Amino acid sequence: MVARVRLRYAKRGRMRFTSHRDFARAFERALRRAGVPVAYSQGFTPHPRISYASAAPTGVASEAEYLELGLQAPMPPAELARALDEVLSPGLDVQEAVAVPPGAGSLADRLEASRWQIELPGLEREPLARAVAAFEAADQVPVERLTKQGWRTLDARAAVVTIRVSTEPVTGATLGEPSGVAGVPCAILDCVVRQVTPAVRPDDVLSGLRVVAGLEPPVPPRVTRLAQGPLTTRGEILDPLAVDRDGTPAESVG
Amino acid sequence: MSVETVWPRLEPLLPRVSKPIQYVGGELGAQVKDWDSVAVRWALMYPDAYEVGLPNQGVQILYEVLNEQPDTLAERTYAVWPDLEALMREHGVPQFTVDSHRPVGAFDLLGVSFATELGYTNLLTALDLAGIPLASRDRDDTHPLVIAGGHAAFNPEPIADFLDAAVLGDGEEAVLEITGIVKAWKAAGRPGGREELLLRLARTESVYVPRFYDVDYLPDGRIQRVVPNRPGVPFRVRKRTTMDLDQWPYPKQPLVPLAETVHERYAVEIFRGCTRGCRFCQAGMITRPVRERSITTVGKMVEEGLANSGFSEVGLLSLSSADHSEIKDMCSGLADRYEGSNVSLSLPSTRVDAFNVELAQELSRGGRRTGLTFAPEGGSERIRRVINKMVTEEDLIRTVVTAYTSGWRQVKLYFMCGLPTETDEDVLQIARLAHEVIRAGREATGTKDVRCTVSIGAFVPKPHTPFQWAAQCPPEVVDHRLHLLKQAINADRSLGRSIGYRYHDGEPSLIEGLLSRGDRRVGAVIRRVWESGGRFDGWREHFSYQRWVDAAAAVLPEYGVDLAWYTTRERDVTEVLPWDHLDSGLDSEWLWQDWQDALAEVEQDDCRWTPCFDCGVCPSMDTEIQIGPTGRKLLPLTPV
Repeated sequence: MVARVRLRYAKRGRMRFTSHRDFARAFERALRRAGVPVAYSQGFTPHPRISYASAAPTGVASEAEYLELGLQAPMPPAELARALDEVLSPGLDVQEAVAVPPGAGSLADRLEASRWQIELPGLEREPLARAVAAFEAADQVPVERLTKQGWRTLDARAAVVTIRVSTEPVTGATLGEPSGVAGVPCAILDCVVRQVTPAVRPDDVLSGLRVVAGLEPPVPPRVTRLAQGPLTTRGEILDPLAVDRDGTPAESVG
Repeated sequence: MSVETVWPRLEPLLPRVSKPIQYVGGELGAQVKDWDSVAVRWALMYPDAYEVGLPNQGVQILYEVLNEQPDTLAERTYAVWPDLEALMREHGVPQFTVDSHRPVGAFDLLGVSFATELGYTNLLTALDLAGIPLASRDRDDTHPLVIAGGHAAFNPEPIADFLDAAVLGDGEEAVLEITGIVKAWKAAGRPGGREELLLRLARTESVYVPRFYDVDYLPDGRIQRVVPNRPGVPFRVRKRTTMDLDQWPYPKQPLVPLAETVHERYAVEIFRGCTRGCRFCQAGMITRPVRERSITTVGKMVEEGLANSGFSEVGLLSLSSADHSEIKDMCSGLADRYEGSNVSLSLPSTRVDAFNVELAQELSRGGRRTGLTFAPEGGSERIRRVINKMVTEEDLIRTVVTAYTSGWRQVKLYFMCGLPTETDEDVLQIARLAHEVIRAGREATGTKDVRCTVSIGAFVPKPHTPFQWAAQCPPEVVDHRLHLLKQAINADRSLGRSIGYRYHDGEPSLIEGLLSRGDRRVGAVIRRVWESGGRFDGWREHFSYQRWVDAAAAVLPEYGVDLAWYTTRERDVTEVLPWDHLDSGLDSEWLWQDWQDALAEVEQDDCRWTPCFDCGVCPSMDTEIQIGPTGRKLLPLTPV
């Protein structure tokens, strides 16, 4: 392995239904089609050296997924990003590649929090605002989640840094068509959630709104991760690749 | 008039179903053409789950062939799982194509590829969800023509009521011919409606339109005759044969799924057809003659297929890949090209000889030797003469030992149970063989670290084979023999420890038998099973034997027949078989003689290497064996 590259990529539109495993398979094939000189692990069944950092759940779109790639020969990051983006299915879009400088810190450690946009078609703004207020007022919001080990309870409140009803969805060219049908209301939730263990996912925040205010979205929400990275004290999310790119701390990206 | 996508209505349902990615399309190689820019529109269906259907070669080839035509578009649709089916019914979402999520009911044609009869109930689900009446007689000009293809289409009688047409044999040219007829009919303003279109198709003599044939029955339930009921319709419908496979190098741009599927590889057919003459094998009978793809075309397809897909596995497919006249050069040429590249090559051949091991060794050069499969099919030499799978016990043991000494530690042996004339003793011989293989393997390798897995399934007699007249073995007998075999394998505890045993019980095979050799009356059984919830019958967890038994008992007595009549009853030479009017090219007298030879334990050579034995296919279909060698080699790839 001669070099490492960090990638930011998006899962958009119908590609939000790819699971992490689906994406990993598609990405490995894309590396071969694009002729990226990826490094392989040693051993009987060599695997390409790719490490994924906190992937968004299946069904959740994302503008801010990250991975790190080991190369066995150098390739300019911009060229690598372009070549990969060209061969991946539309909707799986490589946005940026950055060479990792020697001694750079772990990428996963920088992904302290995520900003999520949750579109709730069929729901008016007011009931959502009331539920959000009740959620913010609570010290703890215990929710249940079905895991492989059965139902477990976790607190959905503590990890939530900010939560608010947003006026305008972040949509358009990058996020694809807005959900729902014209004329149907669609309330939008915008929240920043800290990366904790066990993870608090957008689903858990919605469960929390049900617990505190009985909020029941009539149809499944459409969730998008808008940003991921270091968290400032003011609840902003910074660009996690800024340090690698130019050696200086980042501007706020979220 | 443009057709709306159902995506906005489907998308909100997807977070609520398992593996939603299978319904979204967007695969590499998928094509979405402008609806209004073409004259003829096909929906192609593989009637099983996406994970099984997507890799299907037949569908991929036709999809590409059709989409290459400027005035034609083809999209794909697969069976939806019951969780999504329920939501689609609740929300009024119709059966859709995955490419652009258009409703299947809006297409001109729905082509369904049946590799197995167990997909029949899934056809009914798709038709119903699409809003297409199940019975073809209830459809009008606004509905797509429903056309079946694939191996099961060689006896489509059990689903005749649900089909408008069926095509026997290779599809590449057939779909283009059908497209041309539909296009001309539409351009002329649809003269005579659906009936006229079907008549035009039937007149080609290679499209079977069931409604143009009347079936009469004898008082005892057997078929009296099958005759055309209008002028211009042929008495027999001929299968299609694509000649010169080098001219049809598909798939060029394989579909690369995002979802996980059963085969994740670039598959290239290195030849089509097989004349080994295994008497149980329908594929080997209905795909004659042998047509090889040349070594250079295969090399080019693999090179481009890998570049276009990013797959890391290549499968060299055919019914008996080691038989290709250039197989040795092909394997070593490909091994040279891809050595050290993380591309793995496989040859899913089942020939039992040392040459096969040598090829496998070449392909796995430097890589893993995970497992090799051999298919002796029958346990005793006697039964192997009956089925014409000529392998001596000595050959088999020598071959497996060669595999062990060449570095393989695990070998799978495939057998069938319930073959014609079979006794308990024939099946018990499998245990003796497996013991012998392990004993010889331990001795030759000097280690106890050799294993073999005995995998065994129940035999189902198939149309257009010498065993089409045979009585199917009842499931109780099959299950009893499988049980005896298990005991016999474990009777020697030391050897038994190195032998794995995998089997399927006989019940699903009996239903497969009903559907394989059934006639039009079986359609009512299929419909009743479907109405009582039958779905995904090829899946153990969804298949219900009782549901089929109950449906047969409810429907068939009206006709004076029953499940056993269709399955465990031997037919005689004079009986009119439901598929006799469908011409696979095989001469029926030759087939009958081959059946008699089977009973007399007389073997039949392969015409690939010995003179013609007059099975009838080449003269009646105007085809010929196309084999090499071309004398060419695969040159090293030059890096671009």
